[in-house]
Amino acid sequence: MFNFSVLTNWIDSLLRSFMPDWLTVVTECVLIGLVLLTLYSVLALFYIYFERKVCAAFQCRLGPNRVGPWGLLQSVADMFKILIKELITLKHTDKFLFALAPYLVILASMLAFAVLPWGNGLQVINFNIGIFFLIAVSSIGVLGILLAGWSSNNKFTLIGALRSGAQMVSYELSIGLSVLTMVVFAGTLNVVEIVENQNHLWYIFSGHLPAIIAFVIYLIAGTAETNRGPFDLPEAESELTAGYHTEYSGIHFGFFYLAEYLNLFIVSGVATLLFFGGWMPLHFPGWDAFNHIMDFIPSVVWFIGKAVALSFIIIWFKWTFPRLRIDQMLALEWKYLLPINLVNLVLMVLVVVNELYF
Amino acid sequence: MEVTTKSMPYEAWKDNEYIEKLVDELNASGANVVVGTFDKLINWGRSNSIWPLTFATSCCGIEFVSLGAARFDMARFGWEVARSSPRQADFMMVAGTIVTRMAPVVRRLYDQLAEPKYVIACGACAVSGGPFKKSYHVVMGVDQIIPVDVYLPGCPPRPEAMIYAIMQLSRKIKVERFFGGVNRQEKQQEFLKEHPVEGVED
Amino acid sequence: MAQIQETIAKLMPEATFEEGDILQVCVPDVQWHRLAKELKENPDLGFDFLVTIVGMDWEDKYGCVYYLTSTRHNTHISVKVKAESRENPMLHSIADLWKIAVIFEREVYDYFGIVFIGNPDMRRLFLSIDWKGYPLRKDYDESPENNPVTTENERQSDFTTTYVENADGKVEAKEVRVFEPNDFVVNIGPQHPATHGVLRFRTAIDGETVKKIDVYMGYIHRGIEKICEKLTYPQTLHFMDRLDYFSAHPYHHCLCMLIEEAAGIEISRRAQVIRVLMDELSRIASHCLFIGTYCMDLGATTMLFYTLRVREQILDIMDKTCGARMTFNYGCIGGVMQDLAPDFVQDVKALLEVLPKNIKEYNKIFTGNVIAKKRMEGVGVLTREDAINWSVTGPSGRASGWACDVRKTDPYSIYSELEFDEVVRTEGDSMARFKVRMDEMVQSARIIEQLIDNIPEGEYCVKVPKVLKLPVGHWFRTVEGCRGTFGIYLESDGNTKPYRLKIAPPCLPAASVVDHLTRGSKIADLITIGGSLDYIVPDIDR
Repeated sequence: MFNFSVLTNWIDSLLRSFMPDWLTVVTECVLIGLVLLTLYSVLALFYIYFERKVCAAFQCRLGPNRVGPWGLLQSVADMFKILIKELITLKHTDKFLFALAPYLVILASMLAFAVLPWGNGLQVINFNIGIFFLIAVSSIGVLGILLAGWSSNNKFTLIGALRSGAQMVSYELSIGLSVLTMVVFAGTLNVVEIVENQNHLWYIFSGHLPAIIAFVIYLIAGTAETNRGPFDLPEAESELTAGYHTEYSGIHFGFFYLAEYLNLFIVSGVATLLFFGGWMPLHFPGWDAFNHIMDFIPSVVWFIGKAVALSFIIIWFKWTFPRLRIDQMLALEWKYLLPINLVNLVLMVLVVVNELYF
Repeated sequence: MEVTTKSMPYEAWKDNEYIEKLVDELNASGANVVVGTFDKLINWGRSNSIWPLTFATSCCGIEFVSLGAARFDMARFGWEVARSSPRQADFMMVAGTIVTRMAPVVRRLYDQLAEPKYVIACGACAVSGGPFKKSYHVVMGVDQIIPVDVYLPGCPPRPEAMIYAIMQLSRKIKVERFFGGVNRQEKQQEFLKEHPVEGVED
Repeated sequence: MAQIQETIAKLMPEATFEEGDILQVCVPDVQWHRLAKELKENPDLGFDFLVTIVGMDWEDKYGCVYYLTSTRHNTHISVKVKAESRENPMLHSIADLWKIAVIFEREVYDYFGIVFIGNPDMRRLFLSIDWKGYPLRKDYDESPENNPVTTENERQSDFTTTYVENADGKVEAKEVRVFEPNDFVVNIGPQHPATHGVLRFRTAIDGETVKKIDVYMGYIHRGIEKICEKLTYPQTLHFMDRLDYFSAHPYHHCLCMLIEEAAGIEISRRAQVIRVLMDELSRIASHCLFIGTYCMDLGATTMLFYTLRVREQILDIMDKTCGARMTFNYGCIGGVMQDLAPDFVQDVKALLEVLPKNIKEYNKIFTGNVIAKKRMEGVGVLTREDAINWSVTGPSGRASGWACDVRKTDPYSIYSELEFDEVVRTEGDSMARFKVRMDEMVQSARIIEQLIDNIPEGEYCVKVPKVLKLPVGHWFRTVEGCRGTFGIYLESDGNTKPYRLKIAPPCLPAASVVDHLTRGSKIADLITIGGSLDYIVPDIDR
């Protein structure tokens, strides 16, 4: 497999050859920031297009097909439009918090990008508590949503924000515990090591029963975490018009809109990392020829491909299931997912201690 | 300049004189190359991404639902992102009768839309009062309370007609000017000055 | 009928009787409440279903005509009550006997300015607080200067008025609060995706729990009843399409039958079969859309697209024959506007073939879904007594165990010859209301199957005089619309135009019962309940 660290190291040494150390670091930060921003917008645009096409397919429609070839430029046109749309400032709002909220939401998803394993050696920072960092930053998002709902000074947004708060705080537990289950299995919080450990077999196979349970729970909780159907109560269109972002217009709304899709990518990215081997190709112990062929597919393609496939499942949920009611949703978390999760954690510990995995 | 949309020949449009007048106006005002290019880019984005506001009062609204369904599928044009919040929508399809009691609500919705905003008066009732001309409680044409861009007759208009109307709107957006004066927006300002609402600054 | 007359005459010697299709009793206002109580509670009479209250302006006096039905004996009666003074018309309220009377009386108050003594909530129903005049009075000044179109927000009051009669017979107005001062009131509507149009709920909530709902109507009140008084009989027909646009055919059918009955016109069997076929086709189309939008309200957007597929197929059939997709204006006095399209039979057969498959698919996708079950089962339970008390008819009433299908209880047209089951469920919750509609589609298909091969030859429209004049009199007719019992009251003074045409829509009670059903449930349940009642706002407001 091509190791991207060769490339990054080469760029690093090239910069260092004619720059002082501090400038190199600054330049690299700026470069990485630019790359991430581009990646961010391109991914978001792709996801919007992807969701619209998938949803159209489920509904026996065609989906966007007029703007650009196969409608590929549809979301680009949307982006241009939304960039120059009027930003409405409201009278009776907390102006600072109102303006801050969308940036908080976008910041949360952006920080999470830093630790995702994009490819072999292609990662912004590699530190020993990567997973912990990921969970920590993804919780900032709920703050943005709460602020958005509260500062708009609107009853609908307030209800939406409170729902969202209750929902995200609850489901964070499930996400945390199912991630913890996998961390127990991996024995490390380091993202790179987790991926490397899955060299011979992905965790979802090697961890068998407890890993599969953890995956199912993670998928449910992840869907709830991204506020997508059937857990889209904070922005339940038929109940709260547009939920917490009712009062936002223009690019501020655009940020919420993008963050929703980016979070979708992050949730499926983390699932990929923990259960499907990150950028690691599909390997089976003993099938050497097969493993070798799989190695020819670049690692970036593996990671993004797997993440998109998982997102497809989450999109599938949204267009199939009706929405849950708030009490049912909380009951699902506290009465079912959480106890199962705890038992599953014990089960995983037993599996690890007795070396019952493959 | 022939203003048209994809897979629609210029001759197929019914009211080219109107658009040609707008184009002449646009050319007369003159702009430099850079600004002109930006204008084109922005207009391309705007005209291809028209998000409707979920707003319906009666029969026309049901035809609007049919427009979203598989047979007519407005998603092909990118119009399917119907927003329930007026702040995020681009145009308002006044689908159905507007009565006196509803008039302040419609006006408020219009005021809540973020610029640039457009209005299609959809159906005979919204255009002129339609079959309810003799009623004591119906607004005879929604243009009494908000400026209208496209009039769409029919009771209710067929979904095909709705597609045509939104395409007309899209064409109209194509000949706008973002930098400097915009043909349509000035007219809109005049209208709003003539029809003020207390406590609202336009 | 004679027996009922005897019983009432014994109770009330002052009452006068008018024979007709439906027995009409005339009583003075002071005795009306006593008679109403007797009519409702006497087991021999048992008139527990208040079909409608027709406000009237008889030039000399204002008054009301009450239409009552006994669900036990399946008998009908109407009661005529006149208000004594014309300057300050007042009647006694029956709101304590029938819950729906609160809304019906508010409607009469709104139209005629008749004050009901004892009604707990005497506000206008359709028109805003500051509206000048009572539009259905014959001397109402319609000039737009009186009530100009304004863009200023309408005035809002948290108070309502109730009129109480003191012991010495004096009537006093009292102010009553609608919401408590520290209630958290959320305004849902008039522009809201879940209200199915422009209905407005002022909802007092406590966290996620609904405490009280105050329903505001009239955001699409078009004054059809008043317009009809200015138009000739054939011209009034097309408004029926624009009330509940999904049951355009049944509504049309109702007014056509009523006028034909009044004018003594016999229509051909072919026309009758065509009308019934169209009624049932539109019932399927309507229920299809109900399922779709209801699922969309619950968050399952995709179902809408699957149900619209069948609806489009039906609309195609209609399009070929009637020339329109929605407002058909197909029925006319004496039959139907034009003959069936040549491939009508073939198209309908194709529809009948795909329909069972589609219904199976809907059940598979949605009805059996765990989340759907949790959202609908046990939510918004309406008991049979409440359904009758609130006059909730149609599929919603039948889901509460009340067999109220007019096609069975009071068969019109050729329904008595047809074989079909009345779908009745007893649970009374949202799920039952959903399932009743699902099953009714099957029954409608059964009716169509029986008729489609036996459309008799003959003329589709009989000759009627160019200028149609009805004799002096009044008529009342109900049909089974897609959403319930739809009634029309017609009074003629022998002219070419109706003297009074009152429409009794099924959706008005359905929207009024929302408050009763949602108390103490969650906001999300409000959407479930509202959706399952399936009201169409232009039908409520007229």
